[in-house]
Amino acid sequence: MSNTLAIETQNLGRIYKLRGSKKETRKELIALQDVNLTVQRGELFGLLGPNGAGKTTLIKVLTTLLSPTSGWARVAGADVNREPDLVRPRINMVSGGESSGYGLLTVKENLWMFSQFYGAPSKEANERIEALLEMVGMKDRMHTKSSDLSTGLRQKMNIVRGFLTDPEVLFLDEPTLGLDVGASRDVRKFIIEWLKADRERTLLLTTHYMVEADELCDRVAIINKGKVLACDTPTALKQRLQKDVTFEIETSPLNGLTLPMMESQPEVKKAALTDIEDGARWKLSLVEESALARVFNLFAQKDIKVMNLNKRQPTLEDVFVDLVGRSMAEEESNEST
Amino acid sequence: MQTSTSWRSFRMAAWLGWLIESNWTDPFLFAIYSIVKPLSGAAILVIMYGIISGGNFNTPLFPYIYLGNAFYIYVGAVMTGVSWAVVDDREHYKTLKYMYIAPIYIPVYLLGRGVARFITGSIAVFITIVAGVLFLKVPLKLAEINWGLFLVTLILGVVMLALLGLLLAGVTLTVARHEGFIGEATAGALYIFSGAVFPLDVLPEWLRPIGYFMPTTYWLELLRRSLVGNVAQAFPTLSNFTNMEILGIMLGLSIFFGVISVQVFRYCDAIARERGLIDHTTNY
Repeated sequence: MSNTLAIETQNLGRIYKLRGSKKETRKELIALQDVNLTVQRGELFGLLGPNGAGKTTLIKVLTTLLSPTSGWARVAGADVNREPDLVRPRINMVSGGESSGYGLLTVKENLWMFSQFYGAPSKEANERIEALLEMVGMKDRMHTKSSDLSTGLRQKMNIVRGFLTDPEVLFLDEPTLGLDVGASRDVRKFIIEWLKADRERTLLLTTHYMVEADELCDRVAIINKGKVLACDTPTALKQRLQKDVTFEIETSPLNGLTLPMMESQPEVKKAALTDIEDGARWKLSLVEESALARVFNLFAQKDIKVMNLNKRQPTLEDVFVDLVGRSMAEEESNEST
Repeated sequence: MQTSTSWRSFRMAAWLGWLIESNWTDPFLFAIYSIVKPLSGAAILVIMYGIISGGNFNTPLFPYIYLGNAFYIYVGAVMTGVSWAVVDDREHYKTLKYMYIAPIYIPVYLLGRGVARFITGSIAVFITIVAGVLFLKVPLKLAEINWGLFLVTLILGVVMLALLGLLLAGVTLTVARHEGFIGEATAGALYIFSGAVFPLDVLPEWLRPIGYFMPTTYWLELLRRSLVGNVAQAFPTLSNFTNMEILGIMLGLSIFFGVISVQVFRYCDAIARERGLIDHTTNY
């Protein structure tokens, strides 16, 4: 394996055996299937997918918590299944949306204890704890028992715990899950600053927030039902859809123009129609930008006025829809039923 | 490097365990609890004994029962102290996965977590014995105690119990039911088969081999012999063995169970990683 790779997986698979009431009813759940990924050192790599896509399972395998059922994975140059003792000193992990930590200990005691497990000199650890707590705006809560913290502050404490040991590879599993807008922004800013400080640091982030992945990640792997569907930079992923030109147009009442009529136009690839107050909102994917003139002609023929026009840039959500055929929210609700 | 990893795993786990064990209330209440709890446990046994024996506390059976019961506090405290850390970290604090990915030795960490229970257990044993001597005429005289034998036996026994705790911790890792039933069930079984509150001769003949196979049987016997030798000799169970022979048997069984415990823990640890149970919570 090249030294430039922080993470490498080859045909990685994980199957859970679900226990039923009888042996005959035992089922298998494929959580990961033939996952092939490479993450360069210094990269901020995102795993984007709905709940239940396999993101957390992949992180568990990469952090040595879970054995793969097929394939292999290397983190910081060591095999996660056969050489966990070589992997562990070089990594750390933070799971969002949970309030882990020893409630009877203060914030500082919690953090100091974990630093000691990693063998950090006590004085250095204390200085680093203070600096990191300052960065996340929690220095004044250093001596507060963690059980007295709000969920958001407890999560911030955990984020500090992950960064405290200055790992070569850091895994953040939904780090902003459950945080308010301001706290999420602070965390994203903190992540960027941490990576900037040392170009060798690598961060793997899982999220189902499209904006977060778009804003933070150098590259993103879109994962669904345990399979990696696409892996590229957010820009490149979105450029896949760039060949379709999407407009959002608000018009006056329709005067007999229907959605099937619009869809039957040869220049219109996809069309969606929503009623709004005093009119309608069209979302149109056109084969080329010049086709907009012909759409306008159609409106004119029906005496429909154009009130507002926006050229819509594709988002990672659009990429997901293009790959899966459903939005991430639809996919999540489909999985839960 | 290995030594320092082991040492920091143990040291920090012991520090954490002590804070968890002692920080749940203010020091005064903690002190009261530490005194009342063991005395309550002993009182139940003394009352039961008093009713059954018609108030005859002057037979060798009473100190046999009293001391066996007092030192049995260690069995529950040390064994479940080690194994309970798995439940505590995985279910309550949700930190077990973070411990697992840290560069520490998990078995050593779990043993370290048992230190706090050993300390509180020691306080409980001490208080129980002092109360027995002061108020119930347990015939224990400081000048007649075989201190060397007592200390060697105590230390060896605590190590043996901690290793048995590791075995329970391994089993606990692999089960989804997270209450302390495994530790309680094991401690309960050992209570019956180790001669803690009655000599093994009381058991049906076909059950006695279980007791003879338990290192705790020899441990309790040696503790009694070192503290009140004449009492222990009043019962025929192990009367044919010298102190050194019993110590040898105990050492051998401790090594045997120690090796088994480490192997079982390794196996269960691998199973837990295979099944994804390291961070499995039931939110009970």
